[in-house]
Amino acid sequence: MPVISYREAVRHALAEELQRDENVVVMGEEVGQFNGAYKVTEGLLAKFGARRVVDTPISEAGFIGLGIGASMLGIRPVMELMFWSFYSVAFDQILNNAANVRYMSGGQIHCPIVVRGPANGGTNVGATHSLTPENVLANHPGVKVVVPATAYDAKGLLKSAIRDNDPVFFLENTMLYGEKGEVPAEEYLVPLGQADVKRKGTDLTIVTYGRSVLHSLAAAAILEEQHEISAEVVDLRTIRPLDIDAVLTSVARTHRVLIVEEQKPFASVGSQLAYMIQKEAFDELDAPIHRLATIDAPAIYSPPVEVEQIPNPQRVLKAALEALQ
Amino acid sequence: MANIIEMPKLSDTMTVGTLVKWLKQEGDAVKSGDMLAEVETDKATMELESFFDGTLLKIFADSGAQVAIGSPLCAIGKPGEKIDVPAPAAKPPEKAEAPAAKPAEGGQKTEDRGQKTGDGEQKKSQPAPPMPPSTTAVPAAVPKAGQVSEPTHPKPAPAAASSDRVKISPLARKLAVEKGIDPARVTGSGPGGRIVRADILAAEKSGGARVGSAVPGAKKPAGPSAFAKGPIQEERTVPVSNMRGAIARRLVESKTQLPHFYVEVEIDAGPLLALREQLNANLEAEGVKLSVNDFVLKASATALRQVPTVNASWETAASGQGQIRHFAAAHVAFAVAMEDGLITPVIRDAHEKSLFEISSEAKALGKLARDRKLKPDQFTGGTFCVSNLGMMGIPRFTAIINPPNAAILAVGTTVQKPVVKDGAIGIGQTMVLTLSCDHRVVDGAVGARYLGALKQLLEAPALLLV
Repeated sequence: MPVISYREAVRHALAEELQRDENVVVMGEEVGQFNGAYKVTEGLLAKFGARRVVDTPISEAGFIGLGIGASMLGIRPVMELMFWSFYSVAFDQILNNAANVRYMSGGQIHCPIVVRGPANGGTNVGATHSLTPENVLANHPGVKVVVPATAYDAKGLLKSAIRDNDPVFFLENTMLYGEKGEVPAEEYLVPLGQADVKRKGTDLTIVTYGRSVLHSLAAAAILEEQHEISAEVVDLRTIRPLDIDAVLTSVARTHRVLIVEEQKPFASVGSQLAYMIQKEAFDELDAPIHRLATIDAPAIYSPPVEVEQIPNPQRVLKAALEALQ
Repeated sequence: MANIIEMPKLSDTMTVGTLVKWLKQEGDAVKSGDMLAEVETDKATMELESFFDGTLLKIFADSGAQVAIGSPLCAIGKPGEKIDVPAPAAKPPEKAEAPAAKPAEGGQKTEDRGQKTGDGEQKKSQPAPPMPPSTTAVPAAVPKAGQVSEPTHPKPAPAAASSDRVKISPLARKLAVEKGIDPARVTGSGPGGRIVRADILAAEKSGGARVGSAVPGAKKPAGPSAFAKGPIQEERTVPVSNMRGAIARRLVESKTQLPHFYVEVEIDAGPLLALREQLNANLEAEGVKLSVNDFVLKASATALRQVPTVNASWETAASGQGQIRHFAAAHVAFAVAMEDGLITPVIRDAHEKSLFEISSEAKALGKLARDRKLKPDQFTGGTFCVSNLGMMGIPRFTAIINPPNAAILAVGTTVQKPVVKDGAIGIGQTMVLTLSCDHRVVDGAVGARYLGALKQLLEAPALLLV
């Protein structure tokens, strides 16, 4: 099976869908001539032309609004945000218009838009460029929120997202773009709303998503080697719809839970998960639900401190051992 | 000279009160109307009010002390004022057996059953018969399988010692029930001594904390019945609560001094159950949920009007001669089970109240009773008493009369069984009512007439609605 990077996996998904459906278009700042700020869209302009790969002005509210309007008329735009941190400029378009239009039109108007781009810390780009808004996005009924951790998932999920008839917010990670993984040459889809057990285990369930999946897998390996503890790693992949059944199934097996998220902890995805787990699996719990999140402060500019602010394998390991007490 | 506050007589049978806890400390400023302390009497925990302004100069009785009526509790006056200390009276409580708290029996600490931990108080008037829950007052325990257990007010008694709580994970708690392990006897290895799954599994292996046979897949919390074959329970003696002491005293008095006799009748409960179902189905939206006991309470009160001789008390006149007091109103008490005893809240003027009034009042009183919030006038002054073990599946039993009542009605569960009707055998719903009578007041024929009236009302229950 070919081994490609996460970046290439996203690009392949875009290329395949551009090829498959003439209504698919890619729009965003510098996605065309500059080949993308993070080179995700490299070569797409050359291959599909300026009608399908469109450079936009630096105006998120404007071009996201453009995409939403187009999507209501049958176009399937894939909008790139250079950073998800700038979603707030287009907040009204994304979360007031796109999220609500199907409901408010009584199902007459669909909004099959995908908004994608990186949302992560750890790159020393400062507090205003390091937001992780998946919890804010997922708070809005009517939208879907995807945070893939691997090249395989990124490609399969993006293709499903483009074909989905609702707004899908696709949160990538600049730290993952270079991560490589096996991706089949033939076409495949990963359905939205399905978690994936990335590692089987019996003593602890680590529920996580995005780049934290890699940290959790690294910590799980150390737990096994040095502590003879078998941790299960459940990758949510999609934040909304949330595959709570997969989580509960795992909790029923291990009876202990650690949630790991690259999120500020207050009212985060982990908060919601913890609520749902205790509500549905109270009698399965042998310990309080533990959570490891980004330390609750604006993204810290100092690189060595920022590395400790967000989850990393050592922090996951420490939190796991606490959850196992 | 400073004012000395003494233990007041807070109920007419109270001889001793337990000082649960002080709400003011020495040196605190006190105004008239301030609450000084919580005092536990036989049946309720009440607050002790100050009638003086000043400073709390001295406390004579420590928390937990049992203090006889009239003995000094504290002194209030101006700072530096002379305190004329009366003879010491507060005797220390027996050892560590502080007042509140301490679940009564081993195995009850699990909290599984949602019962209150506290214990309580006691004495004053009206304990009644055996072990009576009233319908509304389902004793905390035992949610039926498949049924969502209602939140039962696990309100701790005042001053409940938190150290008595068993810290245990939800999973370990469930496992303990399934495996018949008493968590109170397991040492927790988790943070803060929390019992976790591994501790229960270890206890199962060693067999040490086992209280009974395992209940495979059991959903219901382990009640005593699950432990019927129960081996090994550590032998020990437990000081009784004020409440248990009062129950013991009054019921021994009743059973040894009152000439009890019993009459019993089996009624056709079919119409009653049908009417109840019909009313509950149609009035659900209004929040009405009638219990069988509500009908029994209503019928008891109505029957007391029809056979008023039962609504009476034997008394001894000043001359030493016996006399019988016939009451003008039917104040119907009903027994409510508590963790380590019972109490009999009273529905006043029940003869004038509708079924729905009685139902909602019984519910409210039952809750107050279980929360130990009844005021003395809510559990005294009953003229007749109903004890119902029907909801615990008991088909029939006899109750001990709760003096000064002349009778008590023991209500069994409704049973489906073959009955002969119009010469043919069919399936019927029956219920057995047993009346315990004080023969000094109620003769056999009177008791029979009373049960006859009850039977007529309960078999034609529409009469209770008019």
